[in-house]
Order: sequence, then C-alpha cells, then structure tokens
Amino acid sequence: MEPTQSVARRSRGRWLILLGILLSALTLSGIAASPAMAETGSAATEAEEEFEYFFVGNVTFDDKPLRGVQISVEGNGYEAETKTDAEGKWRLGVPEKGEYKLTLDEDTLPEGVVVAEGQNTVTSEFGLTKLKAVNFFLGEGQRVTTDISAQVLIRVINGLNFGLLLALAAIGLSLIFGTTGLSNFAHAEMITFGGLMVLTFGVDLALPIWLAIIIAIVLSGGLGWALDATIWKPLRRRGVALIPLMIVSIGLSLALRYTYQFFYGGSTRQLPGATIPSDIHLGPVTLSWIDVASMATSIVVLLAFAFFLLRTRIGKATRAVSDNPSLAAASGIDVDRVIRIVWVTGGALAGLSGILWAYFRPGVSWDMGFQILLLVFAAVTLGGLGTAFGALVGSIIVGLFIELSTLWLPSDMKYVGALIVLILVLLFRPQGILGRRERIG
Amino acid sequence: MIDWIAIFSNAAQELISPTTAAYALAALGLAIHFGYTGLLNFGQAGFMALGAYGYAISTLSFGFPVWAAVLVGVGASVIFALILGIPTLRLRADYLAIVTIAAAEILRLVFTTNTFDSLTGSASGLQGYKGGFADLNPIPPGSYGFGPFTYNAYDWWIRIVGWTLVVIFALLTWLIIRSPWGRVIKGIREDEDAVRALGKNVYSYKMQSLILGGVYGTLAGMIFVLPRAVVPANYQTSLTFFIYAILLLGGAATILGPIIGSMIFWVLLSFFSGFMARAVEAGWFPFMSQVQAGQLRFILVGIAIMLIVIFRPQGIFGNKKELAFVK
Repeated sequence: MEPTQSVARRSRGRWLILLGILLSALTLSGIAASPAMAETGSAATEAEEEFEYFFVGNVTFDDKPLRGVQISVEGNGYEAETKTDAEGKWRLGVPEKGEYKLTLDEDTLPEGVVVAEGQNTVTSEFGLTKLKAVNFFLGEGQRVTTDISAQVLIRVINGLNFGLLLALAAIGLSLIFGTTGLSNFAHAEMITFGGLMVLTFGVDLALPIWLAIIIAIVLSGGLGWALDATIWKPLRRRGVALIPLMIVSIGLSLALRYTYQFFYGGSTRQLPGATIPSDIHLGPVTLSWIDVASMATSIVVLLAFAFFLLRTRIGKATRAVSDNPSLAAASGIDVDRVIRIVWVTGGALAGLSGILWAYFRPGVSWDMGFQILLLVFAAVTLGGLGTAFGALVGSIIVGLFIELSTLWLPSDMKYVGALIVLILVLLFRPQGILGRRERIG
Repeated sequence: MIDWIAIFSNAAQELISPTTAAYALAALGLAIHFGYTGLLNFGQAGFMALGAYGYAISTLSFGFPVWAAVLVGVGASVIFALILGIPTLRLRADYLAIVTIAAAEILRLVFTTNTFDSLTGSASGLQGYKGGFADLNPIPPGSYGFGPFTYNAYDWWIRIVGWTLVVIFALLTWLIIRSPWGRVIKGIREDEDAVRALGKNVYSYKMQSLILGGVYGTLAGMIFVLPRAVVPANYQTSLTFFIYAILLLGGAATILGPIIGSMIFWVLLSFFSGFMARAVEAGWFPFMSQVQAGQLRFILVGIAIMLIVIFRPQGIFGNKKELAFVK
C-alpha cells in the first residue's frame, strides 16, 4: 500500500499551540495530544508517516483498479490529498481522531465511470482502530451493500479476535488479583511493553519478526518478575495494605507510561506486516493472515494455560493460593514462589496481548495499553475477580459486545456500551458471572 | 544563560492561580470521599467534567443565568453520585474504584462523541460561556497587582471567586467533620461493621459523603474552565490521578492538606518544567529534546505518588493515627 503522491498542508497555528504547551505547562493533557506534531517533517511522505490515524480505500471499477484518482480529506483544521496507486489503493494520514470529509474528484475518473449520485463526498470518523476504510461507490448499480446477517458475522469474528487478546491480559490481571489482592493498574504498561519490545527488536534492530516476538514475550515475563522482585515483594513484606498497594500501582503506571513516551515519542509506529491486505475470503468475511494468526495464537496459548492451571502441580498450587493464601501456605505450598510464577506468566501473557493488540489496532504507541486497561478491568470484573476462567468469559463478552454494539451505536461510543454493561452487572450480580458470593465481602 | 527570574515568577504565579484553586477544591472533595469516609472514588474527573459541561451547556444552549447554570451542574453531579453509589456502595471498596473510573470515562466519551456535537462541541469542546460570569465582576477594568501577580480585572475576579470558594468549603468541611455526622463517617472509614452495629445506616452516610464530595468536584470543574475552554481531553483518568497525588501529598484526612498540597504541587511542577525547558534550550541536557523535558515531570509525579504512599502515607499534614487506608 504505497502512497503515490500526497500533499499535506497544515496551519501555523499548531506550532504556536505546541510552543504554548511547552512553556506554560498548564494544560495537563496537552502533551498527550501534541507529540505527533513535535517532529519536523518537511517532505510530505515523512509528514504522513507521523500521523496516527489513516483513512484507506481501494478504488476499483468492474474489479479493475483505477489509477490516479484523486482523493482529498478535510476536517479539524486540516486538509490533504492523494492519488490512487497502480492497484487502485490510497491512504491518507490525519493528525487526530475525529470526523473528516473525504472527497473523490470525479474529474480524475476514467471516461464512462461515475460516482454513485451524492456519494462523491463521504463523512467518516474513526472507531476502535486507527485505520478507517472509506469506500466510494462507482458506476450504476455498482453499489455493494452487506446485509445485516453478514454484518453481524463480520462483527462477531472481529469481536472474538479482540476478546481473545483481551483475555490474555485479563487472565494475568485476574490471577495477580487472586493471589496477592492487588488491583494492578500498571498492567496497562505491561501490555504496552510487549508491543514496544517487538518494535525495538523487530523494526529498530531489524531482527526477524518471529524472533522479535519471542524476545518480547520473554522480556515481558522478565518485566513481571522484575516488578514483583523490586516493588511488590518488598511491599508485601512491609505489610502494606491493599488500597495503598493499588495507589502505588497507579503511580507506577503513570511513571512507566511517560517513561515510554520519553523514549519512544508520542507517535504511532507500525509493526512489520501490520498493514497487509485482507485477502482471505470466507463468505462475507474478509480476514488478513495476521487476524487468523492472532486468533490461533490466542486460542493455543489460552488452552495451554488452561492445561497448566488444571493439570500441572504448580498450576493447582496457583489456584489454591488464589482461593485462600493462608490455607495454601499451611498445606505446604510455597506461596512466594507461586506469586512469582503468576507475575512472570502474567507479564508474558500481557506482553503477548500487547503484541496482538498492536496488530489489531494497528500500531504501537506509548499509551496503547492504557487505552484498553478499563476494558480489561471490565472483563475481569464481569467474569468474577480472581477467577482465571471468569476472566476469559468476561473478555469474550466484552470483545463481542463492543464490536456488535457498533451496529446501533456510533463507533466512537462503542466503549460506552461495554462500560455501562459493567455497571449493570455489578448492580445485579456483583460477584461476576463465574465468581462466588463470598469474594465480594 | 537561564532566565531564573522568569522561572521563579512563573512558579510563584501558580500559588494563587485559578487552576490551583480548582485542584485544591477537587482534592478537598476527594478528602471527604477518600480521607474521611474511605471511599475510593476514582471518578473525580467525571464530577469536574459535569461541572464544566453543566455550566457551559446551560449557558450556551439554554441561555441560563450564572446561578441557574451552577445549579444545573450541581444537580447533574448529585444525580451522577446517586447512579454511582446505588450499585456500588454496598460492595467492597475496589468495586467503587472500578465503577467510578468507568463512569468518568463514559462521561468523557459521551462528551467527546460526534453524536451530540451540537450540544457538546465534541472533541473541540466549548467556549464563549464566560460573559455572564464576567458581567458580575465588580472590579473596574484595569491592571492591578505587583511583581509577578499583575492581572487584569477578569483574571483577579476569577482568582477571588475561586479562592473564596476554596476558603468557604474548607471551613464547611472543618465544621461538618467536627460534627456528629463527621464522627460517623470517620467511624465508617475505621470499621464499617462497628458503625452498623451502633444502628447507623452506613449506606446512607456513604451516599451523603459521595454526593457532598462530588459537589465540591463539580464546583472545582467550574472554576477550572473559567480561565480556559472546556475541552473533553482534559477530563481523562489522569486528572483524577493528579488530584490523588495532591491529596496524598498534603494528607488525605486533613483540611489544609489538599489546599497546601495543590499549591506545592503546581508551584513545583511549574518550577520544574520551566527549569527543564530552559535548561534544555541552554544545552545543559544534550541528550534530551524539549518535548522529552516536558514529559519528565509526569514521570516524576508517578514516582512521587509511589514514594509518598510507601514512605509517608499520612502526607505532609496528616496524622499517622488517622490513616485513610487502615484495611
């Protein structure tokens, strides 16, 4: 998907705003919004690579790609234009999430081809991902509509994919809660860490991607071990209560998140292969190899983890500690060892989840984990705090609900539905779907 | 050469800035929730957003006068507190934390969405609601003050109103915490079951505390937007975390803690970022860019939260015997 030509214009005002933010340092969230504009990009293509959000599309007529069709974007004080490449594909980066107007210039179409009436300007906005496909309908009767059952099927597949990657993170969070009582807000940064490490090893150091992913998962497990050894274990020894521990994890989350931004900057970068085309067709559903591999990885890892919990000695010990630490210790289980193992596996699972999330969004950024932290918490609470299988069920429900809710909710509100469901579940079944009553005390 | 005068005078201005007052008032509300009642409210940003949007929308879309706009914001936050409290106040403390943080995010997403653009201005927010407040200003136009504290009439008016509210609500908090009501909520913090055994309706007391602290947050949200525009991105979860940092710094179960904590927080933050920006400019830290220097302070806030909670959980003014987190 090579952008052939693109021109970006941007008002000077943004630079003044950026300066104002740096000097006055008053608006707290300003920094979070601005870094994409921090680096100078004189060449148009460079400027485009800095953007986090992309509109993409494919202009074809009679299954033949159309080359050199001009597409322009306008909105939020920004405008740019591009032309389709030899495969009829185009891509336009925009600086911020929001609503944009996309226009196809009818004059650049070949003779005899027209845009369906009133369709040459489309208003579009971004949803969960930072990539938004925009289609223009060409010719008479050329308009392709997907019926409702096909749409539901597409959303279900996407929702499963998203739910499974949430589950990887949620299980770790839930087991850490079960064994230590800690609601770990820094789990978001453990998710981000996986994506960042693949970026470092797979892109910056240009290792093969499979090797980079393995290194990233191992390092994520190492991060879990290191956090436990340097922070959480000493604090448990001091006998710090649970609520201070939770606030410590919030401080840790802030510190780590901005440390990532310090080193990696505020822009979004792509992992190798993240933008490959979706070329697997199953009925109405089109998937890319990445989607298939992502789902397969999640399922295999989750099954392996279930086997570990149910069939191995140490897995049984983990469930015992999660159930009742004192009783487990009294029956001769080394609780500290179990907690260490939970942190290492929790870290590795979170790292893997971050890698898959980086492919699902797509893109790696410093706050990508924090964007889904609440959904992970929602999944864990829905399933029942402290239960591994509850976290799995909760995650899949959250994933499906978010994707399906876009059928009737505007896509920038799809998280709202999931969070409202979380509150409703707490109202009627506070222990969660698989939780037991005594846990809520 | 570094312009120390500018760094110090910018930092000194934060001492009485309306932002400092807004954070102090929001932290005071959180002191009632967290410090005195032991409620883990992680949705203070949501209460502030309701104040800001309640005021701005009722002024812009419905043309309400100032007093009515304030009432709309306060009413909205009372309803919000009831919605939050009914499902969660019977449950364990961390459930309230998750629900409040989720509810505050719901509010932010609803204010950001394009669906209600005509009312909320979606991602670009709202402005132009300050007329009614400026008209109430009794100070004749002109520039007043000395040294770094020289402002025009409107800027002084915001500061006077903001800090007057902080003082009034600090006194109010002091009075109600000394009252029998205050003793009950402190009892709830220490041992909920013991208070229940005395025949008190714990649920109802917790709800009253949640509403009261939430109203503080709402008024703080209004002060917060008077010197700037209403932008939904300001009401992210990190806003709540910064208010927690202020509260823990000053002392969770104190009246002066949140106020002095807010002053210290903003003066230090301004001093640090002013110093870093100029030091990087002067080439003292060649390995760091201006943007990186700007991010450094957020890292420090995070580390500060951890260190305070671990090593001085009672904060600067707190009493070690009166810790918010006993359990």
